[in-house]
Amino acid sequence: MPNSPKMTRRQFVTVIGAGLSAIMGTIVGLPAIGYLLSPALEKQKGESWIPLGALEKYPLNQPTLFTFTRAKKHGWEKTVTSYGVFVLRTSETQVRVFSNVCTHLSCRVNWKEEVQEYVCPCHDGHFAIDGAIVSGPQPRPLDEYQTKIEDGNLFIFLKEA
Amino acid sequence: MFQRLFQWLDERLGLTSIHDVVLDRKVPKVNWWFTLGSASLFLFLLQGVTGIFLTVYYVPSPDHAYDSVQYIMNEVRFGWLIRGIHHWGATLMVLVVFIHMLRTFFYAAYKYPRELTWLSGVVLLLATLGMGFTGYLLPWNQRAYWATTVGTEIPGTIPLIGPFVTSVLRGGADLSALTLARFFAVHIWFLPAVIAATIGLHLYLVIRLGISHIPDEND
Repeated sequence: MPNSPKMTRRQFVTVIGAGLSAIMGTIVGLPAIGYLLSPALEKQKGESWIPLGALEKYPLNQPTLFTFTRAKKHGWEKTVTSYGVFVLRTSETQVRVFSNVCTHLSCRVNWKEEVQEYVCPCHDGHFAIDGAIVSGPQPRPLDEYQTKIEDGNLFIFLKEA
Repeated sequence: MFQRLFQWLDERLGLTSIHDVVLDRKVPKVNWWFTLGSASLFLFLLQGVTGIFLTVYYVPSPDHAYDSVQYIMNEVRFGWLIRGIHHWGATLMVLVVFIHMLRTFFYAAYKYPRELTWLSGVVLLLATLGMGFTGYLLPWNQRAYWATTVGTEIPGTIPLIGPFVTSVLRGGADLSALTLARFFAVHIWFLPAVIAATIGLHLYLVIRLGISHIPDEND
């Protein structure tokens, strides 16, 4: 349109140029935002039922340590975390499961048969067989897991931070 | 409002005179082959931006390079797009820069007084090929590994200094973590700095000297 009264050639090129730039900027720019936010938008599945095997293999009234590991994926890298829990079977069908992580500063507690207490080696925290505080600097009893029994097998519900 | 804001900025920044000098230049009658310089500049900026984005996830270590590229391609949102643009943009840039050189050559635009524009263009072409060579290793897959093995072997045939050149390129006798790290450094720091500075010189000369017309019967 060389003689168009409405728009000069220069204006036309300017408008088309700006329009194309805006479209290309959007096509590249919007995905770029998604690209940067991507890891923050991934949901880590942090909850699961962990099988601890047949309930009957755990002795009555005798805390038994069970250890397992959980792998977590961060991008292309896997991090393996180990967990330890004390299984305390209180009757034929009843069971309580405690974390072996001391509630003071996260050291691992051990079951001491001779004193019938869990003892933390770091700052001498003592817990009773049911996880209650006996003595020491710890602020609260041992953490307890939610349990379920299916077909005679014990499961605990693990929530990962 | 915008008029006054613009005037305020223009008075201080000299926007109008920049526009007049840089963009509102007198040019001879040209054709589409004359757009390849701008296309090269655009591709360089595009490679720069997508490259910066790739470094968000890419890790230049033999333990992680391949896995981090797989992660970008399969799990990061639009990672395939960003890397795809970088991958194809690289090939296209070599092509466009090369045809840009052919145009300059066949239109004899490298002659007086534009010799330095041509010479800086030679630096830009070689640096672009260097970008292609160093970037090729970074995915750390079989093709990258063996292509770089062969590519660093070639200067080894130079008499006397050949083996030394190869070990400088590789950072040792073998292709290793050191090779990957130095290729990465050259790819994202050294060569882009050289290219950016040389583009500055190249564009300054284009603006200062103008571009030559297409040769006709009077030449």
